[in-house]
Amino acid sequence: MTIETIYERLKKEFNDDILSLNSEANCEPSISVDSENIVNIMLFLRDEGDLKFDYLACLSGMDYKESLGVVYHLYSIAKKHRITIKVNVPKDNSIVPSISKVWRTADWHEREAYDMFGIIFEGHENLIRILNPYDWEGYPLRKDYKQPEEYHGLRVPY
Amino acid sequence: MTEKREIEIDYGQVHTERMRLNVGPQHPSTHGVLRLEVELEGEIVTDVIPHIGYLHRCFEKYCENCTYVQVVPYIDRLDYISSMSNEIPYALGIEKLLDINVSERIQAIRTILAELNRIASHQIAVATFGMDAGAFTPFLYLFRDREMILDVFERLSGGRLLYNYIRPGGLMKDIYPTFVSDALAIVKQVRETNQEVQRLLIDNKIFIERSINVGIMPPDIAINFACSGPTLRGSGVNYDVRRAEPYLLYDKFDFEVCVGKGLMGTLGDSYDRNIVRMWEMEESCKIIEQAVKFIPDASEDVRASIPKKITPKGEIYTKAENPKGELGFYIVGDGKNKPVRIKGRSPSFVNLSVLPYISRGYMIADLIIILGSIDIVLGEIDR
Repeated sequence: MTIETIYERLKKEFNDDILSLNSEANCEPSISVDSENIVNIMLFLRDEGDLKFDYLACLSGMDYKESLGVVYHLYSIAKKHRITIKVNVPKDNSIVPSISKVWRTADWHEREAYDMFGIIFEGHENLIRILNPYDWEGYPLRKDYKQPEEYHGLRVPY
Repeated sequence: MTEKREIEIDYGQVHTERMRLNVGPQHPSTHGVLRLEVELEGEIVTDVIPHIGYLHRCFEKYCENCTYVQVVPYIDRLDYISSMSNEIPYALGIEKLLDINVSERIQAIRTILAELNRIASHQIAVATFGMDAGAFTPFLYLFRDREMILDVFERLSGGRLLYNYIRPGGLMKDIYPTFVSDALAIVKQVRETNQEVQRLLIDNKIFIERSINVGIMPPDIAINFACSGPTLRGSGVNYDVRRAEPYLLYDKFDFEVCVGKGLMGTLGDSYDRNIVRMWEMEESCKIIEQAVKFIPDASEDVRASIPKKITPKGEIYTKAENPKGELGFYIVGDGKNKPVRIKGRSPSFVNLSVLPYISRGYMIADLIIILGSIDIVLGEIDR
């Protein structure tokens, strides 16, 4: 199934929550959606008979300088098609509903995005840091991140 | 005179509690610096909490500060026992973004290298899984054979562990004259040793008893957790990136996607995940035998299509079937010589997240078997 048909299907079902179909040159086409209703959109994509996106391949946090974002790469093992969903949230209020109940693999991916970008996933059961130490300060993959001077009395840029 | 006293013990008053035990970070059977916080009731595992990040070295942050070519050596260090395979999805992704066509000969060489690396990685996986179950001898046989593969890689690239050989647009240098015959010699040796390992380890009664019906992962759980590689196929799910979205020359070859069948115990147990790796080694041998026919004798300039400047604009999610599973890179470029973002989707990271769900209710000794059957590399979990 092509991304245009999927976009039409989503538009019919959720209309205002589906923002745009991005097909810039040299980019894989993606669908931008509103973050509010992301759980229902994902449930629809997962359970609908001819879509059946059962496999969340990748979830990446993004820093677009003015805003933060989450990119979901979905794949369907049964139907062999893929799709990219994008969500944008403002930097000062970066809350995205968690989809870890839809695909449980999102659990660790969301923890990583929280750890690196400070995106809060609402409804996540255990949203703690995963790769950095639990008491680390700041979000390292943000573009404006400044390295701390020291950590527990150790100089960081050693 | 002392009085004889009755000693009364009210066993209802004996204080019992669940115990928390740390396995790792420095523990031989965690296959690296992984800490498992295990909650035990007697010998039964009631909960496992993996703590990762001990090897974290900011791969993604580092990539934003170096050029596209400089990223390649760093990608080697993700899954450090299959470095050659790691470079492939990245190189393919950059080639797609820049619209570079690579000759069939180079693609065939890449395919052979990827399959040789798959064999090397699966040999380690089977060997260390045997060690976890208490079998030491197959480990030595398999490591002896892996040496032959490392020798080939060393002659090609100069490195035994980290190669930096597959570049976006081509290869570092051309293959040496006896490469094809060396690859075929490895295939022959691997088949011989695998028969031996089959007799020594896989068909061994003790080994079977240890690994069947342990860590059962139903197919729906495996898909929901987005497991990939032998961990997913062990549960009977027929998903292999080489078949689902063919890259390199895989659509030209005849090979099977091996899936677990629940031969000895239940479908999706530790034995199935391990036997899938044994079968895949045989399939890799088949692919190598077919791929060498695509390498003509005449040499060519393998650096001809390597771009002088890599400044892609656009974004792509590129993936390949690594020995451990689906390795993906989400590459975003803005037309400058440094990437805006590279996200590595490492198979071990995703596969490990299923561990708490499949190890509850088993003995603590089985936990080691389950962890061994998932076959993780901490270099790519922590990135």
